[in-house]
Amino acid sequence: MAERKFSWPARSEATLIGKDIQRIDGVAKASGQAKYTADINTEGTLFARLLTSPHAAAKIKSIDVEQAKKMPGVRAIHLFKNEGDEIRWEGELLVAIAADRVELADDALKVVKVEYEELPFYVNEADIVRAAHADRTKGLGKNEKGDVDAALKTAAVVHRGYYGVSTISHMCLEPHGSHCQWDGDDLDVHLSTQNVSGTPGQFAEPLEIDASNVTVTSDYEGGGFGSKFAADEWGIACAKLSREAGKPVRLMLDRAAELKIAGTRPSGYADVTIAADSEGKIVAWDSVHWGTAGFGGGGVDVNQLPYPFDFENRRAAQIGISCNTGPNRAWRAPPHPQLCALTQTAMDDLAAKMKMGSYEFFEKNLAFALQDKGPVYAEQMKIAAKAIDWKAKWHPHGQGGKGPVKRGLGLALHRWGGGAGPCTCTVKVHQDGSVETFLGSQDIGTGTRTIIAITLAETFGLPLTGVKVNLGSSKYPQSGASGGSITVGGVSGANRRAAQTALWEIFDKVAEKYKLESADGLVAKGGDILKGKEKICTWKQACSLLGPMGLETKGESSQKTKDGLTSDQVGGVQMVDLSVDTETGLVRIHKFVCVQDCGLILDELTARSQVLGALIMGIAYSLS
Amino acid sequence: MRDASDSTQGTSSRSGPGFNRRDFLKGSGAAVAASAVATAVEETVAQDKDKLPANVVPAKPVPVKLEINGKAHTVTVEPRVTLLDVLRNDLNLTGAKDVCTTTNCGACTVIIDGKPVLACARMAVECQGKKITTVEGLGDGKDVDDVVKCFVKHDATQCGYCTPGFVVATRAFLNSKPNATLEEIRKGLGGNLCRCGTYDGVAHAALECASKKGGK
Ligand code: FES
Ligand code: FES
Repeated sequence: MAERKFSWPARSEATLIGKDIQRIDGVAKASGQAKYTADINTEGTLFARLLTSPHAAAKIKSIDVEQAKKMPGVRAIHLFKNEGDEIRWEGELLVAIAADRVELADDALKVVKVEYEELPFYVNEADIVRAAHADRTKGLGKNEKGDVDAALKTAAVVHRGYYGVSTISHMCLEPHGSHCQWDGDDLDVHLSTQNVSGTPGQFAEPLEIDASNVTVTSDYEGGGFGSKFAADEWGIACAKLSREAGKPVRLMLDRAAELKIAGTRPSGYADVTIAADSEGKIVAWDSVHWGTAGFGGGGVDVNQLPYPFDFENRRAAQIGISCNTGPNRAWRAPPHPQLCALTQTAMDDLAAKMKMGSYEFFEKNLAFALQDKGPVYAEQMKIAAKAIDWKAKWHPHGQGGKGPVKRGLGLALHRWGGGAGPCTCTVKVHQDGSVETFLGSQDIGTGTRTIIAITLAETFGLPLTGVKVNLGSSKYPQSGASGGSITVGGVSGANRRAAQTALWEIFDKVAEKYKLESADGLVAKGGDILKGKEKICTWKQACSLLGPMGLETKGESSQKTKDGLTSDQVGGVQMVDLSVDTETGLVRIHKFVCVQDCGLILDELTARSQVLGALIMGIAYSLS
Repeated sequence: MRDASDSTQGTSSRSGPGFNRRDFLKGSGAAVAASAVATAVEETVAQDKDKLPANVVPAKPVPVKLEINGKAHTVTVEPRVTLLDVLRNDLNLTGAKDVCTTTNCGACTVIIDGKPVLACARMAVECQGKKITTVEGLGDGKDVDDVVKCFVKHDATQCGYCTPGFVVATRAFLNSKPNATLEEIRKGLGGNLCRCGTYDGVAHAALECASKKGGK
């Protein structure tokens, strides 16, 4: 028998993979039927509302909820802070009140009495001098290679500039929160999360129950962007309120709290000196950068600057600023957007100083691209330049028009690891030919459900409607959190492996039943089992050979699985043609081009949406 | 990038006493919440503070009759309760989302008497006697609305949390402008926000519906 290997079908043979496939949950989402955590209304559900700190820094002198307890409709009260506790940022949670109705909870919050002793605060993330004066800075290390000082001395051109991007908020449209319901010691949590498999334990420990008592469910999640991996103190509070009240409780952050405490991307500001030889080859990079990740004072990782280049002589130093602001959380591709902005705006200015075109300057320095990605970027740049008509439209910086409206081109390169995240799944093929899979993953909007269905349907030669995808429950086989970038790789690889394993077993049974010499050359396509063009039997007939138990197989994925189903280390190029009205600040984008190295695309429609979403978010970054 | 200013350091609070809609509506009295009779109220209240005329609603739970998606519902809520809270929390019609609750995002869009309305900005009591359509009520009962189909076809959804609001806004917009152009669509749907960045899909979905004279 021929050797059996996990693999994807050739693109030309695929019926679903790589095509424009509509989301299988698209109608549920667009017609309002999809139930998010914020939509869970089981019988008797109470509504919890939050009192948060109006001060960025304070000590709590007293906190009194006695009157609140007596307010109509109030069922349970949870204190996040007590007398003597410190407030470190505006929006810190103080009290949660669960009541029969939202407005009654709000009324009760209004009679909570808190006395504060206000303390000095600091929130300026951009001004390193002031931060140092306020004693809010901390050295976070250096990263150095070559001899920067010598290279700067002999360089043909040296440019020094100040660059930066501010903190931004995740601003998930569905705020962070949960709906908790107890049944004895068992806790059911609907959680707006990117981490179904990883959160039961986070609930169990503070609630002093076993993790096996906790079920976390997330059928739909209204945006996370890296900020929804944890149970969070408000999740635990929701479970406690529910336990105290003996009723289900829904606690979602309100919009203001969502903005202040539920996640930010750290800021990054840099004083950059960059130098090149007379040909435009970069010979030195020297930077000090700072920024804040909130009170903890982290920021943009010093080991990844410059980006995505590794110049022969480079030095980067990082300073963290502790601000009285909410803590950071992972933000899409941390911290690549900041690294990209800091490095490549400085490069662009150096090119301008040398009177070189940005394109030619970047091209010249591709030899320094990390992971030898230079040739890939070079190809991508060519494609992008053609699409945006770079040659015809390019003019040096500063020559973008005589009037107040200036037009110009810009470009940037990026990279990301990607690959396959951890995933385990169970695929069941039933005796009647129906197929389903179970995995504790989640669809955060990236189309996870759909690409799993595509993977299974393609493997078994069935229509998309012939397979059922069960995800979003912590009771299903463990699967990694969905930051996003490694989910598709993880879940598709695991499901393909499980499905191919099942299919081979089915082929063996078919070969035996239909007295074929071997199972070699059998394929499942169009609801039939074929050998070459000859139909051996239908899919249903094949599955009837499985007996009443059907067949169950497991599939796994991890960064370590190297059987060729998934790849990693992607890169891309973006170019934009835009105008800025220098009097009003209005920015108009004429064209935005992205050339992205993607690996195998499972669903072209949703892949395109991801790219468009990223471009649109990129616009938001640069305008904030 | 932010300017350095003294407001970033000090001992005073950055946020003063909050001004939010709920406080405003409550503070300004339930009578004003029943806004249809606001002028009459001022006069009557001035005459007699204790006796409210029949058309003014007291600040306690009252039966509110609503016609939603062709069905009659009665809920007992205070006049300060928004239509959005009633839909989501009392009637379990959760298609309209509470994202900002301050009229900024469009996620709560419903259609009232043919017009798109932000349900977070309407008191339930003032919607009595009107025809309310939520996203759940679109389509003809057998099949989903063409707007929904076009949204799915053009993948005008990622996480999907903004999507029902966009769908209802699109339906209302196309009802008033069935042959809208791309430019008109972009302007017409400008009141809705999406964090995942589905705007391109939304615009193309709406455009396809417009090419079918607004769809059904
Ligand atoms: S929730 Fe009504 S506009 Fe945002
Ligand atoms: S699809 Fe996520 S906010 Fe619009």
